[in-house]
Amino acid sequence: MRRFADVTGAVASRSIHRFMTNPQLLLPSLVFPLFFFVAFAGGLSNVGNVPGFDFQSGYTAFQFVFVLLQASAFGGVFTGFAIAGDFESGFSRRLLLAAPNRLGILGGYAVAAMVRAAIVGTMLFSVGLATGMQVHGDGVDLFGLIVLALLVNITATMWAAGVAMRLRTIQAGPAMQMPVFIVLFLAPVYVPLGLLSGWIHAVAQLNPFTALVEGGRDLISGGDVHTWLVYGVALALLAGFAVWGVRGLRRAESAG
Amino acid sequence: MSLAAQGAEMARRSVLQTLRQPAMVVPPIAFPLILMAVNVGGLQAATNLPGFPTDDYLNFAIAFPFIQGSLFASINAGSSLARDVETGFLKRLALTPMQRAALLVGNLAGVMTVALISAVIYLVVGFAAGLHFEAGAAGVAVLLVLALLIALGFASLGALIGLRTGSGEAVQGVFPLFFVLVFLSSNALPRELIEQDWFRAIATVNPVSYLFEGLRSLVIFGWDAEALALGFGIAVAIALLGVLGASTALRTRLVRT
Repeated sequence: MRRFADVTGAVASRSIHRFMTNPQLLLPSLVFPLFFFVAFAGGLSNVGNVPGFDFQSGYTAFQFVFVLLQASAFGGVFTGFAIAGDFESGFSRRLLLAAPNRLGILGGYAVAAMVRAAIVGTMLFSVGLATGMQVHGDGVDLFGLIVLALLVNITATMWAAGVAMRLRTIQAGPAMQMPVFIVLFLAPVYVPLGLLSGWIHAVAQLNPFTALVEGGRDLISGGDVHTWLVYGVALALLAGFAVWGVRGLRRAESAG
Repeated sequence: MSLAAQGAEMARRSVLQTLRQPAMVVPPIAFPLILMAVNVGGLQAATNLPGFPTDDYLNFAIAFPFIQGSLFASINAGSSLARDVETGFLKRLALTPMQRAALLVGNLAGVMTVALISAVIYLVVGFAAGLHFEAGAAGVAVLLVLALLIALGFASLGALIGLRTGSGEAVQGVFPLFFVLVFLSSNALPRELIEQDWFRAIATVNPVSYLFEGLRSLVIFGWDAEALALGFGIAVAIALLGVLGASTALRTRLVRT
């Protein structure tokens, strides 16, 4: 356990130091969520007036939850890019040789991804509140939303790490990014699930991310949250992708 | 060798180079269609807003893939010229009697080929999904011309950036900026239905809004002279700016070598 913690700490501090001291790595993860928040909450706010759109906290809060979860997921994907970059530069191979507990490598990247998500989330909360976003959920609800965002972040990190460790090239970037992007946008992004129609309604109903984004919206608006469903789905996804990530690590180990 | 023959040779190289790389052909076709499908499904409810000009969001959203496809044209043109700078192809070319115009025209021809193929696919998919085209068959032809003009405008801007910087990474770095212009426009709602004053003000001064409105006017309203004049005017202005800028940048680039 001690060895796991040591490796996790070392890999995390290196990764955090890398993206905190390199604006090229940090800025996209800060700017893009902010931009999506502005574009969706600002440009589409009239969609909140569509008949049947009933969300107590208003369209800004409605979009805020989606953007927060999206930013958390992309924090994980960006960490996958960093892992792939480390393999390309040869650093990861040296790390695999040196680390007394290799699972700690995965743990370290996950901690770094959470720090990245926490920074972006703090910025988004600040901007949302500064622009008059209404929050009707209490402290416990907001804590629940933050936990949900972190679960999404670690899940996406495990997905991206699994891809990065299998392919070990930065050219795998689209393979990490596109599935996440598609899953996110096949959820109720602009209107609640009940207002979707046609094929996208059918797909969104089956999409596990729908439960998370709708749960997050219930939390921010202080509505009734299906706690078991929301966190059950989040934890099940995390467990599945953790297996994917660990198997990716084993593939990288056996590739030498 | 005449200018036309030189241009044709460079165009052949550019077209082959583009078509041989799936990464330069597939994303400009697939991604805009995916995003359009998502938006049509997700924002169909917006057609219930009072004053929304059509009862099928597809008619409104069909302009989106044309503009997003143009952004890909911009990246492809810029990356390909930046690669020519990075690999030294441009330096070797400078030693030959090749004229500047031929290089630029040839490069843009490859990108425009993909833009034309993409535009036809967007329309075919649109019609298959139930697109109702108010301006009729002539309108479809005008839409294709406008779409290609827009693609030329953005492609030439990409070429300008590729030649000025000589770096594919820099070209990729500019992509988000273009993306911001697309999202801060009337791409998702008509300007008069944008509720936030500050967003409507940005969308009104953003030239990309008029490109969207020109394209969709043919689909939704038929022949709207003002929307078409603004759409064509802005597309021509961007194309002129891009082509002249790229030409100047190419001259500078060849002098430096």
